Formats: sequence, C-alpha cells, structure tokens
Amino acid sequence: MSNMSAMKKRLIKTLAESISGQVELFNTAEVECLIRDYNERLGEPTSPGKGAPGLDRVKFRSILQNTFGISDDIMMDRVFRKFDKDNDSSVSTKEWIEGLSIFLRGSLDDKIKFCFRVYDLNDDTLVSMEEMYHMLKNCLPGLPTKEERDEGVKDLVEITFKKMDRDHDGRLSFSDFEQSVKEENLLLEAFGTCLPNFKRVEAFEQRVFRELQK
Amino acid sequence: MGLSLTRAAQWTTAASGVDKLAPTPMNESLLKEVLCFVEQFSSQHPQEAELVFEEPLQWSTTLVASDFKTDYDISDLDVQSPEKDNEGRPLLQLFPPTVCVRSFSQLSKLVKLADNKKMEEVQACLEENRDPVVKILGPSLDSILEKEDAHTDGLSLVDEGKEEDQGKESDVKVKLFLLLQDLDKQLLSKCLKAMDGRVGLDPDAVRNEVEMLKRYCSEGEKRVLKSVRYTSDYVFSNGCRAPPWRQVLNEICYLVIEPCDTETLYITCSTAGVFLNGGINREGEQTSDVFEDIGALLKSTSPHFAQNANEQDFEAQELPPTQKTQHVESVDAEEQGQLQRSDEQQEKNVHEKAKQQHAPNKAHDRKKYEPCPRWKNLGLVSPCGKTPAGSVPVDTFSESSSESEEEEEQSERRPESDTDLPSEYWQIQKLVKYLKETCQLAIRDVGGLEVLINLLDTDEVQCKIGSLKILRKISHNVHIRRAIVDMGGLQSIMKNLDSPVKDLKALDAETIANVARFRRARRTVRQYGGIKKLVKLLDCVPNLANLTAEQEKDVEVARCGTLALWSCSKSTNNKEAIRKAGGVFMLGRLLKSPHENMLIPVVGTLQECASEEKYRIAIQTEGMIKDLVKNLSRDNDELQMHCANAIFKCAQDKQTRYLVRQYKGLQPLVSLLSKAHNKQLLAAATGAIWKCSISVENVTKFQEYKALETLLRLLTDQPEEVLVNVVGAVGEFAQIPDNKATIRNCGGIRSLVNLLTGTNQALLVNVTKAVGACATDMDNMIIIDKLDGVRLVWSLLKNPCADVQSSAAWALCQCIENAKDAGEMVRSLVGGLELIVNLLKSTNNEVLASICAAIAKIARNEENLAVLTDHGVVQLLTKLTNTTDDRLRRHLAEAVGHCCMWGSNRASFGDAGAVAPLVHYLKSKDKAVHKTTAMALYQLSRDPNNCITMHDRGVVKPLIYHMGSDDEMLLEAAAGCVRNIRLLAQENRKAKLFH
Repeated sequence: MSNMSAMKKRLIKTLAESISGQVELFNTAEVECLIRDYNERLGEPTSPGKGAPGLDRVKFRSILQNTFGISDDIMMDRVFRKFDKDNDSSVSTKEWIEGLSIFLRGSLDDKIKFCFRVYDLNDDTLVSMEEMYHMLKNCLPGLPTKEERDEGVKDLVEITFKKMDRDHDGRLSFSDFEQSVKEENLLLEAFGTCLPNFKRVEAFEQRVFRELQK
Repeated sequence: MGLSLTRAAQWTTAASGVDKLAPTPMNESLLKEVLCFVEQFSSQHPQEAELVFEEPLQWSTTLVASDFKTDYDISDLDVQSPEKDNEGRPLLQLFPPTVCVRSFSQLSKLVKLADNKKMEEVQACLEENRDPVVKILGPSLDSILEKEDAHTDGLSLVDEGKEEDQGKESDVKVKLFLLLQDLDKQLLSKCLKAMDGRVGLDPDAVRNEVEMLKRYCSEGEKRVLKSVRYTSDYVFSNGCRAPPWRQVLNEICYLVIEPCDTETLYITCSTAGVFLNGGINREGEQTSDVFEDIGALLKSTSPHFAQNANEQDFEAQELPPTQKTQHVESVDAEEQGQLQRSDEQQEKNVHEKAKQQHAPNKAHDRKKYEPCPRWKNLGLVSPCGKTPAGSVPVDTFSESSSESEEEEEQSERRPESDTDLPSEYWQIQKLVKYLKETCQLAIRDVGGLEVLINLLDTDEVQCKIGSLKILRKISHNVHIRRAIVDMGGLQSIMKNLDSPVKDLKALDAETIANVARFRRARRTVRQYGGIKKLVKLLDCVPNLANLTAEQEKDVEVARCGTLALWSCSKSTNNKEAIRKAGGVFMLGRLLKSPHENMLIPVVGTLQECASEEKYRIAIQTEGMIKDLVKNLSRDNDELQMHCANAIFKCAQDKQTRYLVRQYKGLQPLVSLLSKAHNKQLLAAATGAIWKCSISVENVTKFQEYKALETLLRLLTDQPEEVLVNVVGAVGEFAQIPDNKATIRNCGGIRSLVNLLTGTNQALLVNVTKAVGACATDMDNMIIIDKLDGVRLVWSLLKNPCADVQSSAAWALCQCIENAKDAGEMVRSLVGGLELIVNLLKSTNNEVLASICAAIAKIARNEENLAVLTDHGVVQLLTKLTNTTDDRLRRHLAEAVGHCCMWGSNRASFGDAGAVAPLVHYLKSKDKAVHKTTAMALYQLSRDPNNCITMHDRGVVKPLIYHMGSDDEMLLEAAAGCVRNIRLLAQENRKAKLFH
C-alpha cells in the first residue's frame, strides 16, 4: 500500500515537473497541488478503457458551476471546448492546468484571448452579430414577454456592436475586442461569464494551495 | 381647419345671436376653399371619405326632398341615404330644414346636389358646426395621436399589414386628420396672403405717403387735393404722432384732408390700415372701411382724387412701399403636416407676431417684446387687422420664454408628424440630446440612480465597478450628487471601501471625492465612519524605486483616497476626524511622492486643514515644511499654489517662518511672483511672503531677491485677494527703515494712499497698517499729507468694522507723531476730534486702546486738547478706567496723563473718580502699564484732592518701589508723584500748626 502511494507520489512529481516546465504561471509545488486536486476530482474512472482518460464534459461542467461560478450552458460548453485543446472530449491533466493558469493567474492579455476564443462560437476568428445574439439571448430574464426580451437583446447587441466594432466593418475581430477591453476592462466578459470571479479564485487557491502556505 | 375658422374667418353676430360669417371677400375665398375640398374629397380620398363621423354635422339647409335624386330613400319631406353606419343610422338624413351628414362621401354628394346653392350650404354648415373637426374625429384626438406616434418609427403611416379592423379604422382616421390639418394650413396661408395687402403700415410709410400727397395740394388746374395736414405737429421718437394712449391701440397719426370735391376727411392711420374717423377728438371711431393706405381711401371717397391721381400717374410715382412684415407665402416646409399641437405653435407664432407689431409703438419696451429670431424665420404674419391691440393680454408677453425652452418643446413635438425624415436626422437629434446635461438627470429621473446604487449592494465585483464607473462620471453633476445622498447611496458606496479589490476601492474613493462636494454629504461620510476608512486607504509607500503592479495599485488607491479626503476636508469636523484617524502622518508620507497627481490632492488637503492650529503644529513637527518648500519649485501651477497656501497658513508661526528660510523657501516664493497671470497662484504666493515677512530675518533675505520692488509693482490692477497680501507684506517690509525709502522711491506711497478709498475690510486693515508704518519716515509723511492720506485714514474711523477702526487709529498715531504741523493738520479735519472722542464709546478693547493712544498724541497740542475737553473726553476716559485689559490700561493711562494738561482737567478726573482705579494699575504685571500710569498719576497729583485720594488708596508704597526702576521716565514720574503727595502733606501739617 505504502509502496503504491510512494509510486503515485513519484509519478505526480515527475508529471508536475514536466508540466511546470510548460506552464509559467505555476511553480512545481503548485502544479503538484493542482494535479492532486485534479486526481481527486477525477476519482476512479467509472468505466475504464472507455474514451480518453480525463475530465469529461459532465464532470467539467459541474466543476465550472460549483467551483468557479460559471453556469450558463453556452458558456460552460465553450469553456470546455477551449480547455480541451486536442478536442478529444476530455480535459487531461495538462489541459486542466493550462486552463487554470488563465483562470487563476492569467494576465489581461491572456484573458482577452481566452474570452474571445470562447465567444467565437464557430471558431472563424470573428464574433458576428448572430453569435452575439445567441450568447446574450437569455440575459434579460426580467422582462415579462418573449417579444420584449427579444427586442431588448436586439437593442443590447446593437449597442454593444456599436461600441466594440472599432473598424466599422460590421464584424467583431480580435483586434476590435482587444482594443475595446483594454479601454474598458468591464467589456472582457461582455457576452457571458466565462472566467471565475475574484472571490472564487481566492477560495480555490486557498483550498488547493493550503499546504504550501503553511 | 379649426384654427383658420376661429382666427382667420371674420365672424359677425347676427341679431338672432347666432354667429354668422361676415360677407367679406376673405370669408368668401375661405368658403370656396372649403367647398372645393369637400367636392373633391370623395374622388381623391375614397377610403377616408367613407369614414363615419363621430358626430354628425347638422345644419339648417335650404335643400328640400325634391333636390335629392332617386338614389336616396325619399318619403314625403324626409330623405335618407341608403348607406348606413354600424348602428344602422343613415349617413345622410333630412328632416327639413335640418340635415344630418355622417361622412365625407355624403357631404361631397350633398354639395353636388346643392348646385348653385352649395356656397350657402357650406356656409351654413360651418356656421352651425363651429368645431367640425371635433365632430368628425371625436373629441379624444389623443388616442389617435398615440396611435400615430407608434407608427412613426420607420413604419409607414397606414400599415397594410394590420389585420385588425380597429387599427385600420384609426389609421384612416389619422389620415383624415392629416388631410384636415393640411386644409387648415392652406386656408390659413390663403388668409394671410389676403391680408397681405392690408396690414403693415408703419410711421415711415405714412409719413412718406403724406409727403407725397402734399405735393398734390398745388394750386391750379392740376390740383388734386385742397390740403393735407396732421392733427398734431409733435412727433414721438418712434415716428408716431398719436398720443401714447392711442399708440397702444396701434394708431400712428391722424390726418385732416380736404379733397376738392367732398367735405373734409378726418382720417386715422393705424398699423392695421387707414380709415375715416369721427372727427377731431373722436379719432378712435371708425366710420369707414379700413384701407391699405391713404391713397386707397381717398380714391374711394373722392372721385376727383381717383380720377386725377390716376391721370397724374399717381401709381407710377410709386408710393413708397408700405413696409410690410416679411411674408413667407406658404407655411415653412417643416411645419407641414404637423398635428394638433403644431396648432398651438402657430397660435404662439401669431401672438409673437402681434407682439412684434407692438414693438415700434413702444420704443422703450422694444427689447422686451422682440421675438426670438426663430419666429422671424418662420415668417408667419399676424392677422393683425383682426387682433385689436388691446386684446393681447399682457401676461401672454411673459410667454416669450427663452429660446432654448422652446427648442426643447419643438424637439419633442416633431416626431409626431415627421415620418419622412432621413435616419440621420434622428441620429443627430439623439446625439444632441445626449450632449445635454439634462440627460444625466434623466438617469436620475427614470430611476437609473437607484439601479446603480442597488448594484453596489450585490456581490458581483464587476457590477459594482460598472456602477461606480457611471456614478463617478455623473456625480460631477450637482443634482445627481444630491440625489445620491438623498437616497442613501453614499452609505452603499462607502461599504466598498473595505473591499479587497483595489480597483473597486479606488473607484469608490473617487466617487466619494465627487459626491462629497457639499456639506450634508461630507457629514454623512463622517457619520458613517467613512473618514477612518478613507484614511486607511492612504497606507502605502509612494516613493519606492521600483513598484510592482500591486504596489502601483496601492498608490492609486491612496491617491483616490486622498482625493476623497480633500473633498471631505472642507468641513471643520472632518478635519478633526482625519487627524484623529491618523491622517496627518499618512499625508506626510504621501507628500514624499514624486508624482504631481498624488501631490496635488495631498497638499490640497493639507492646506485646507492648515486652517486648524493642530494641523499647523503637526505640519511643522512632522517635517512637512521641507517637502512643501521643495514642491514650491515644481513646474506645476496648481501644486505650487497649494504649497504656497499651506505655507501662507502655517507661517503665522515663528518656527515655521524660520524653517521656510532654513529650507531655502523664500526665493521660490519670490519667483512665483512672476506668474502674475495666475491670480490664485499669485494670491497664495503673496500670502506666503506676507506671513514669512513677519520675521525680520526673512525680510532681509527677501531683499536679496528684490522682493519689495516686485511687490510694489503688484499694488495696482490686482484682485483684492492679491492686494490684501501684497499690502500686508509691504506693511511688514516697512518696519525696516531702508525699505521705507524704497517704498517711497517706487511710488508705493501713492499706491497705498489710493487703496485707502477701497471697501474691502481686510485690505483696509492692511493698508492702514502699511501707511502707518510708512508714516514713521518724515519724508514719507510729507507725501502722505500731500496726498490727503491723513484725512482718508481718519475717515476710516467711521468704518463699521472694528479692525479697520483700530488699525486706522494706530496709523493716525504715527501720522500725528511724524507730521510737521500735526496740530494744524488735525484741526483742519472738520469734525475729526468729535469723531475720535465718540469712539471712546466703543465696546471693542482694541479700538479703545488705539483711540486712547491717538488721543494721547492729539492732546499734545493744547488747542486740540481744549476741543477734546469740550467734547467730554475726561468723562469718557474715566468711564473706561475700570478695565482689566492691560493693553487698554496702558494707553488709557497715557491718554489721561496727556489730557491733564488743560484747564481744570486734573480736578475733573479726580471728581469723576479716575484716580482710584489708576492707582490699582500699579499692581498690574505689565511694565508698560506701570510707566504710563505713573506718568498719569504724576500729572494728577498736582491737584491736592487727587493726592489725598491716591494716598488713601495706598499709592505711595508701589510708587516707591517704581522709584527704583531702570526706566528713567517711570522712575521720575513715580518720584514726582511721591513728591507732590509729600508736599501736600507738609502743607497740611503747616496749616494745622498755624491754625
């Protein structure tokens, strides 16, 4: 038993060293903590051999919702796709830590890139008005009728577009988005929450890195 | 058509009491228009023609059943149309003589049937349906307007996609309404055109025409008129000859014209036209039609004139064009198609125009009644002939509200009718709207402020930041600030000051800085513990070499916190709260910052707080003077100003003055004087120089930089805030003898004397002080006397401000002491001595002391002392003797001493009871009091009764003590007094021995 855990520890250490070489924002010790946390979240593979090992969509979504406060369906889905870089429908240890580096420690530039990729629903490097409408369609639950909600969202999209489409070409390019966010940071998550807020980040770090702080 | 019918149509009241349309040409053309409209209506607007009227039009017709053709249901005398409305009522019904019509198609048919009687039918219809539009469309036009509003956003007025009948019907209604509006417009402009020729006479036109007519009065064959003359030779400045009370009725002048063939004509010329009147003194009675000019009137009354004038080519000589107010033939394109409310607008225009017509007659009121340019451009002319001048009620004149207000109304009105405008129009309108400050208020008015403040109570940091970003901006508006405080928003804002998110804290503090610009807000900040929280934000080290991103954020938070404290520090209680929260130390640390955007609020706060003694001490003891001096040399006007202000306030303290010199702050202060264009900065710099110059060492240092010469140049053409300080400084500089000559040589004496005529009390205090200091130089005194300066200073004794009074009195002491013939000078000031004696009734000790000192100086001249005595100086001085104020005692004793020199004044002082209190003065701790008191007692002791009193009061013992003084004068006076007492005692003993 002790043998097993010792081996596990060594495995984790090796993995941590290799990952921390690629992810600048965490040191090896932190990566170790993150791996352990990841393994805990993963639990025992329910049906071994089926699919690539890692967090599947369902597990990932529940983490997003419970730990990071991201609850919109479209957003959870998009964030999952952006974490899952190799598109194998599961988030591997490395993918998880790379993603978290943006979540927890990302600079504004990192976050702008991440958010834009999340919002670019069809991955064509542009956010169109239709995409915007799609993402914002549920954002006015307070209005009584569907017509009013639709109308409101339409207005909202128009206003947002006017504000962010810097080159007036009718499409929101990355540079449009980047410029707008740099000028007004609040526009970073303009089309939906896809990053954890300050408190969530703090709580997460405190929990995962607690042994390091001692 | 409502408007044209009520305003343009000419109504007369028939004997029956029913209003009739007068048979005038204008009404005729009006009826023709209406008729034409009705006739063509069903063919041009078939859809609208079928619309059933809300109420039928009903009138007494001359038509009878036989006039109707077979497509009507005719039974006996009654006629019904086969067409019926929803409720089964026929759209046309005739019960002779009454006819009821419920649609335009029926109206069209009816007028066609009426044939040659159609004009009468239309007239009768209009006469009996005074408000046809209301009957046709119903009284509640509002619903239609609303409906119409909804359509204006881009959709066509009559949307065919509308399925509901209800909607369709109201659309038709709207269209009909618009058609009627158009008709109304048309009618109105027709009427205006018709009036065109008949209105618009003015004094010039009348005068020209009269001149012209006078030429026809030649003798001989070609004689057209016998004579033309005015009833009055007097012409008012506005060109009218009618008396003012008739001018009010638009009348210009009255003429008496003798034609060759008829009797003498008495004519009234008014702006509305020309008519025959009832004769001399009955000019107001109109006995003829109104003609457009005198020529036209003459032509119609005198055939001879008509004939000969034509022969002589009267017309060709071109009557000077009767001045008409400009016309625009059709109503301005923009006005087309406006709905109900545009009617009001026009009505207003009419009023405005009417006012304009009045203007020339009331020259003195011209400005007030001038219509704004926009009205002129609209160019609507008033149907002035129909608007008797008196009928424009005076209070409508107040209607000429400011243009901007009107503009706003207009912008709200337009969208109702203009559907064809390009989208750019709306864009521009929106932009203009958002530019206005009122839009910020709109945020408040629609409850947006509540939303923003509620957002502050959420858990979402982003929401709070977003909300604060807006609040920070809009809180520049004073109404918004108040609204935020009223709804308790300040408390919500302050909650975030504890947030761990630095951006949020910074924004929060910045918003507080904006909101706390008025007292109630500042008090709220304090009462909810905001000051403590804000002071906490200041905790950072601002002058580290390399700041991390986080440290930089800390500095930014501290900066915003300081901005908030700066706003708060305008309240005295907050100053104390900041100090108690440890703010002074924090501010002192931030004062080390290298950044001006940090230094400005820090020094701003410090100088604000330096009004408090505790701060002044703290600024000095915490070593801030050094930093303040350092920042004086930064090239930033605002920062320099705050630093100079801080020094200004702190340099009241001697140690601070020393420190400023020590840290080499005097030179930068002098260099600031070169920035004379920035008056706030100049006021601060001169203030600092003034206070620093209280130390003589500083004055000497200042002189190295030629400060005095620069200051003297600033004695003219400066705002009072600057002058007060400059003069204050000059007064301090003048304490040094060399500087007195400099002031004289630079023309400073004249500048100072000129300032004596001012009214600013702080300035007068300083000016009198400076003049007094200068007067200690004999040469200066000669100039002051020459410039009548003494009289000016003396007259300041009448100033209600005690500080000015005393300062003037002190200055007088110097003047009297140093003037060549002071006695004569004082005597020459009529009433001056009485004035000064009366000031002994003042309740202000400083005034009393200064006046006593002045009296002591004046009393050296015997004649003047005699006058003082006559004014009761002895009694008044005696009344003051019970004072415990040593400063007053000193000068009072001096005055008593000097006033003893006349007549029986010594005895009078004794009788009045002045001696006993004076004896008591010897027990004072103030040596200066001892001296003057001893001298006064010496003088008084020359009266035996006084000696007895003094002796009784135990004067000898203290006097003997003072006989041992170092001060020779005190010693001598004391000894002299003792001697007098002694002599009296000896005499007494002798007397006892021999009697």
